[in-house]
Amino acid sequence: MHAVSEQIETGTDPAAPPTDSAVVRDALGVGVAVGLSGFAFGVTSAGAGLGLLQTCALSLLVFTGASQFALVGALAAGGSPFTAAAGAFFLGVRNAFYGLRLSGLLGLPRAVRPLAAQWVIDETSAVALAQPDRRTARLGFTVAGLTLYVLWNLTTLIGALGASALGDTDAWGLDAAGPAVFLALLAPMLSGTVERAVAGLGVLLVLLCQPVLPAGVPVLAAALAAPVVLTVHGRRARGANSGERR
Amino acid sequence: MTTWIAIGVTAAGCYLVKLLGLSVPAGVLERPLVRRLSALLPVALLAALTAQQTFSDGHHLLLDARAAGLGAAALALVLRAPFLVVVAVAVVVTAGVRAL
Repeated sequence: MHAVSEQIETGTDPAAPPTDSAVVRDALGVGVAVGLSGFAFGVTSAGAGLGLLQTCALSLLVFTGASQFALVGALAAGGSPFTAAAGAFFLGVRNAFYGLRLSGLLGLPRAVRPLAAQWVIDETSAVALAQPDRRTARLGFTVAGLTLYVLWNLTTLIGALGASALGDTDAWGLDAAGPAVFLALLAPMLSGTVERAVAGLGVLLVLLCQPVLPAGVPVLAAALAAPVVLTVHGRRARGANSGERR
Repeated sequence: MTTWIAIGVTAAGCYLVKLLGLSVPAGVLERPLVRRLSALLPVALLAALTAQQTFSDGHHLLLDARAAGLGAAALALVLRAPFLVVVAVAVVVTAGVRAL
């Protein structure tokens, strides 16, 4: 599987084959760090006006952080449920491509796939794809997936319950948690000039559209930055860098 | 009710794309253009969402405490701080600037 050899990009030492306990430790670390930010989501979602049940349903059923933050942000801004869902959905599309890489590596039986699918997100993919073989990849995926799922949902619940105790969540600066999560997810993606151009154009488009378009639509308009930059870039360097990686 | 519709649509959509990735034979979605676009789409969306939720309130563009918080978060990212620290820095600095 080509995924194994090309996918060492999470900064772990590729030379030393990891022991099982090292894999578990890495997976737990990722799970704990990100799972805890479910607290910020719970608070943000409650602050956006969603009920406890709605907030918990999002973490249980959607379980992909960026999409959840995007959805509650768009709903809070008064966007229609469908434009809000569209923005969240487009953010979730990247998980399909993680799944593609993972399916070869993990070799999951058909019956397990519908269960494993819910755990296919940024962090579990990063842990699994960094492993050198199928056994450790399965171990990393399972431990990271379980830790994340349990902690993300638990901390969402605590955050949603705690939001009312906190009173005005803006006074605590918690409205900055959502954009900070987006920025932290974005930063490692800005590795090349094409990525930076897409990000820059995306920012420009959303700020230009924000005052004039209905809530939720500006983010969808900003998504056009990806095909636009890709088209311009492709024309400029047709074929020259077909081997380039992101 | 509209909130539940949004939750239902998002949950179904996000789950189905995850399952699609695990289920389709490799090669179907592996065309270079599709891969490239799928890698760039989150870049555009995340950048736009960061800017929107930092510099706007409804239809108004504005510069408030959140900008300071996100600036601090960006600095934390440059210094390679872990995910949780980045979010905490943004929250604490935003609250601090508001309290001034």
